[in-house]
Amino acid sequence: MKTEDFIEMLSTNLEPAKGGQLRKTLFIALAVAIGVVAALCLTWAPLGMPIDAKSGGHFGFTAIALAFTLSLAAVGTSILFRSARPGLSARWPIVLVGVLSLVVVATAVIALTALDSAVWKAMIFGGPWGMCLVCIPIFAGIPFVAFIWALRKGAPTDLGLAGAVAGFVAGALGAAAVVVHQSGNSVPFIALWYGGPVLLCTLVGGILGPRLLRW
Amino acid sequence: MRTNEPELRALMLAALDGDAASHKALLERVGSHLRAYFKGQLLRVGRSSADAEDLMQETLLAMHIHRNTYDRSQLLTPWVQAIARYKLVDYLRRTKTSVLSESVEEWGDVLAADDPISVDSTLDLEKLMAQISPKVQQAIRYMKLDGLSVSETAARTGMSPSAVKVSVHRGLKALSQLINQRSRS
Repeated sequence: MKTEDFIEMLSTNLEPAKGGQLRKTLFIALAVAIGVVAALCLTWAPLGMPIDAKSGGHFGFTAIALAFTLSLAAVGTSILFRSARPGLSARWPIVLVGVLSLVVVATAVIALTALDSAVWKAMIFGGPWGMCLVCIPIFAGIPFVAFIWALRKGAPTDLGLAGAVAGFVAGALGAAAVVVHQSGNSVPFIALWYGGPVLLCTLVGGILGPRLLRW
Repeated sequence: MRTNEPELRALMLAALDGDAASHKALLERVGSHLRAYFKGQLLRVGRSSADAEDLMQETLLAMHIHRNTYDRSQLLTPWVQAIARYKLVDYLRRTKTSVLSESVEEWGDVLAADDPISVDSTLDLEKLMAQISPKVQQAIRYMKLDGLSVSETAARTGMSPSAVKVSVHRGLKALSQLINQRSRS
């Protein structure tokens, strides 16, 4: 087909573009993700009661873990929104995620080295680590689907990154929901059992991205 | 392309508001940049540059379909370049034979045979159209090929005006997917 004719065809009866459509789609996906995670968080019986209703003893760690997971989700959302459009750099929010994670991991390592290795086991396995490992990926499922749906309405040009960040934000939201119930009682616990599952969700998203997002 | 950024961006903004002449001018001008880019890139990885025109049309179609992903406050060049790069990488992956399928000696022939104003692709619109649903086909034929208005097309097809618009958009998306699958086999 002649390029001239092809361009003519595309330009004939041109409709004005719907400018805010993609933005709206992304916000809908985000609202669905937050809504689903919040609903699961409140109703999922195996998690038990929210922590402050029971002892309130680990309130400080709950606050740290909640701040950590929610800030990851917030910065991740800005990467997600950018990766739905061609040609937008997401370098700074990615650096910010790296810095946030590094601060928590470094604090965890310092905390471990400052203490006798005999108490490591209690610190790392002294909380509901199994619940984190199981519940975070489960909670992340529907948000992940919502983000992939929204990305498919856009035009991501780095499918690995777009998939990974969809998994990342979904995982971080899932982690925040679990934190409300069980925060563990140390920074190493938070780094390993909240950071770990989020990383896992990111990797899975990164692997699925190129398959799910091709256009 | 970067040096033409202000003009191209002005054309893009007018095209987003529905100005067909600007859209046409934009696609023509971006098209010639894309042709040169794809020819260069295909030769660089040892492929025939003969597919550059196909790839260029595929990219123009992608730009057209996804024009709502362009953020008006941003530069246009990075947006076009990201789409072009994506289409090139996707193309190279799906037509993966061996990366160096031709010896260097054959390059001379390719270049010699390469008409500098070759503006014909191997895409056969009629054949591709035959593979999409009749209703959508009709909408594209009336609106995009015959240039009938939305209301005329609606009257002839018995669809509502908004269904006509949706059909055209869907049809172009379907064509884009067919082009994608075609060169994969």
